[in-house]
Amino acid sequence: MHDKTVTQLAAALDSGELSCRELTSHFLQRIEKTDDQLNSFITVTAEQALIKADAADKARARGKAGKLTGIPLALKDIFCTQGVKTSCGSKMLDNFIAPYDATVVEKLSAAGTISLGKTNMDEFAMGSSNENSHYGAVKNPWDLSAVPGGSSGGSAAAVAAGLVPAAMGTDTGGSIRQPAAFCGITGLKPTYGRVSRYGMIAYASSLDQAGPMARTAEDCAHLMNVIAGHDVRDSTSVARGVPDYTETLNAPLSGLKIGLPTEYFGDGLDPEVEKAVRDAVKVYESLGASVRDVSLPHTHYAIPAYYVIAPAEASSNLSRFDGVRFGHRCDAPADLVDLYTRSRAEGFGEEVKRRILIGTHTLSEGFFDAYYTKAQQVRRLIRQDFLDAFEDVDVLMGPASPTPAFDLGAKKDPVSMYLQDIYTIAVNLAGIPGISVPAGFAGGRPVGLQILGTHFAEAQLLNVAHQFQQATDWHLQLPAFAEENA
Amino acid sequence: MQWETVIGLEVHVQLATRSKIFSGASTAFGAEPNTQACAVDLGLPGVLPVLNEQAVAMAVQFGLAVHAEIPEVSVFDRKNYFYPDLPKGYQTSQMYHPIVGAGEVEITLDDDTTKRIRIHHAHLEEDAGKSLHEDFHGMTGIDLNRAGTPLLEIVSEPDMRSAKEAAAYLKAIHSIVTYLGISDGNMAEGSMRCDVNVSVRPKGQDAFGTRAEIKNVNSFRFVERAIAFEVERQIELIEDGGKVVQETRLFDPERDETRSMRTKEEANDYRYFPCPDLLPVVLDQAYLDHLRSQLPELPADKRARFQSELGLSAYDANVLSASRDMAEFFEEVHRVCGDAKQAANWVQGELSGALNRENLSIQHSPVSAQQLGELISRVLDDTINGKAAKQVFQALWNGQGESADAVIEAKGLKQVTDTGAIEAMIDQVIAESPAQVAQYRDSEPEKRGKMIGYFVGQVMKASRGTANPQQVNGLLKEKLDALL
Repeated sequence: MHDKTVTQLAAALDSGELSCRELTSHFLQRIEKTDDQLNSFITVTAEQALIKADAADKARARGKAGKLTGIPLALKDIFCTQGVKTSCGSKMLDNFIAPYDATVVEKLSAAGTISLGKTNMDEFAMGSSNENSHYGAVKNPWDLSAVPGGSSGGSAAAVAAGLVPAAMGTDTGGSIRQPAAFCGITGLKPTYGRVSRYGMIAYASSLDQAGPMARTAEDCAHLMNVIAGHDVRDSTSVARGVPDYTETLNAPLSGLKIGLPTEYFGDGLDPEVEKAVRDAVKVYESLGASVRDVSLPHTHYAIPAYYVIAPAEASSNLSRFDGVRFGHRCDAPADLVDLYTRSRAEGFGEEVKRRILIGTHTLSEGFFDAYYTKAQQVRRLIRQDFLDAFEDVDVLMGPASPTPAFDLGAKKDPVSMYLQDIYTIAVNLAGIPGISVPAGFAGGRPVGLQILGTHFAEAQLLNVAHQFQQATDWHLQLPAFAEENA
Repeated sequence: MQWETVIGLEVHVQLATRSKIFSGASTAFGAEPNTQACAVDLGLPGVLPVLNEQAVAMAVQFGLAVHAEIPEVSVFDRKNYFYPDLPKGYQTSQMYHPIVGAGEVEITLDDDTTKRIRIHHAHLEEDAGKSLHEDFHGMTGIDLNRAGTPLLEIVSEPDMRSAKEAAAYLKAIHSIVTYLGISDGNMAEGSMRCDVNVSVRPKGQDAFGTRAEIKNVNSFRFVERAIAFEVERQIELIEDGGKVVQETRLFDPERDETRSMRTKEEANDYRYFPCPDLLPVVLDQAYLDHLRSQLPELPADKRARFQSELGLSAYDANVLSASRDMAEFFEEVHRVCGDAKQAANWVQGELSGALNRENLSIQHSPVSAQQLGELISRVLDDTINGKAAKQVFQALWNGQGESADAVIEAKGLKQVTDTGAIEAMIDQVIAESPAQVAQYRDSEPEKRGKMIGYFVGQVMKASRGTANPQQVNGLLKEKLDALL
């Protein structure tokens, strides 16, 4: 059961071959049995899940079920979930029970899906390895000595290990696509504004975007049908019609124009990763696509621009964690300044503090223009690079990450960690959608093929990814860990 | 040395929207602490602001009323600082691209001359909550009901040269926002507060002196007093060889002085940057035209019209146009009675006197504009005389009658103009006052004029005030002179 896709499980529920309760219990048991090795969940909401499963069975019996009614999934612990601890991977929010549901949570719940719990993540979504969590690192089910990627590492590892058929992640600078690549699953970062950010704890507001993580592009399409759309509570969500993402999955790819950004195949790219990606591109050629090289000339400015804009926004977004109304408060504060200083010093981890400091500095008087204003100018150039490229090609392809998953503890220097995101970060700065699909292995660890499209081209990306998955079986391969614990 | 005072004001006007600027919570004043603060106002993790369109419309209306440029695009910025009653750790405001650009306001001074004060810009922002330091035994209570209330901050140029001008400017702003109905203007409840920038310089010098900013002055009177104190403090300081430092000061109305809060060096670096949760506000011409077409007649226009069309004095026009309620009341009285001068006299005289005595605002006047207009009409058509009119007014004030006519009828105050009836009363008074008649007869002719007053008084008394005084005068003179 754990190796089935959402689509397959939904069919099994439809046919009555399986009940929602059986399905939910099965995955809860897998979590119970194996997650102490992976550490992919921060909170498991077994009791609520079983109650919802029974309700889902009743709804199905009455014929009142939606396509996804009774499908279990997991939520990154960045989504506010009413009555459930929502920690954002931080000691700061270890005691925070959200009093409301994020829009994404509300929509998934209304669609009948069942949350099994909240997944581990880098604290406040700041990290590329999931080692920055207050709740400890998450292990990669393909190799327990490797990181699962981050920041949505818990969601990626849980799906890869078959602890849940799908999960929600968020992607500010690659946080869905890179862990999806590291864990050999499919992860979509939608266009900025396609999915509501309401109730998603903000890291960098102009970059954050929620998206689905699952075994297949088809599963991601089903989830996108639920979560995409305008939300009056999020002014930055876009009022634009939402297509049925499953409808165009089978459109033929003949005539598809693929661009390979030369900057994504340069120094620092692991040769085995490169080979897997180029092999994947050959599959597309065999499906009738044409391939050409394109250039995204400002690519090398993406990481510096990101590390000005994201920390600047984060320094402000995280100011509300002051020990006054919710979250961690230090013991016996001597006065107001002591309350602020100690609560924040104790509640935040190293990486979060580093980014708050960077952001506070770049926004300060005398530095603002040199950093923030300049970075915004660079951001426009990066966006223009993509728009220019999409004049000539339909989609861009390249690696999601320069290397496969690295070992836990391997990257001690923050800058070498930041460089991990070289192929993913520009996409957030440009606001375009991107998907990572399994495309082979390097050194026994999964490789992700990243496919990028222009704004609101999610349907096309899912179509392009789905066709690849019809022609290959990388996405069907499970880590030994998943099988051993079956 | 002769000193010149230079003053600029930052006026914070609380906009009268039903809900907050970025959330759906109510803005009503006086609720139990923290009962009008929703998830957004509390700054809970994950919440997002949604701009209240009514606040935008109100800000634009103000801009149009002060003939300001309204930029096509305005942007919200975050002003970052930590304070317990600032839930998000930043205030959403507009630093770089405010919604209202440069404009101007006309103020009227005591000598009825006018002066134009330039407005630098006005921007929208959210209010913070309140910290309550009493009743918590060494702790601080936080009430977030006010957090997120929309404010329009109106920043003037340093165009004012005296405390009186500053107060007149504040009154002009008050009158514009209340005319527009975009604020209740209630200073006691904090609907209007202002920060005053004050500096002094030797008369004739172009360069400005170093300014001090006096925070949170919340009444017309305090503005004048705070400036008066501050000007004196700065002049004394300079004359004693000292230097004014740029700083923020607080006005203490109990001690009538300003005290230093923080100097420039201690000032916060607010790290303004555009709020990524809100889209830029884009206003098109059609929207501005629509709002312009909805503007009411504004105080300056009313004042001018009261003078040119109604022939009122500058003083009367100024007083009667000061508030929209007052102006509307006056205009209704005028519409009913048709005599602007009489309407102006009654509204400013009898009515304002009575309102002041009972501390009532004009919209709570027990005598309606319709009633007062009819009352004046009865004076104008000689149905009653002036003395009776005051009685009628008093009766209406006390609720003893639905209309002036009803009171006149019930109290029998209709003026007696029948010559025969008046003559009869005069004859009786003359007959009952032989001593006074003799005195009148024996007086020098030029002194008789004064003595006639006694007889008029007696006749009026006999008529219970209803006799037409002019007729009484004329007839009395004839009858008395006939006795000579």
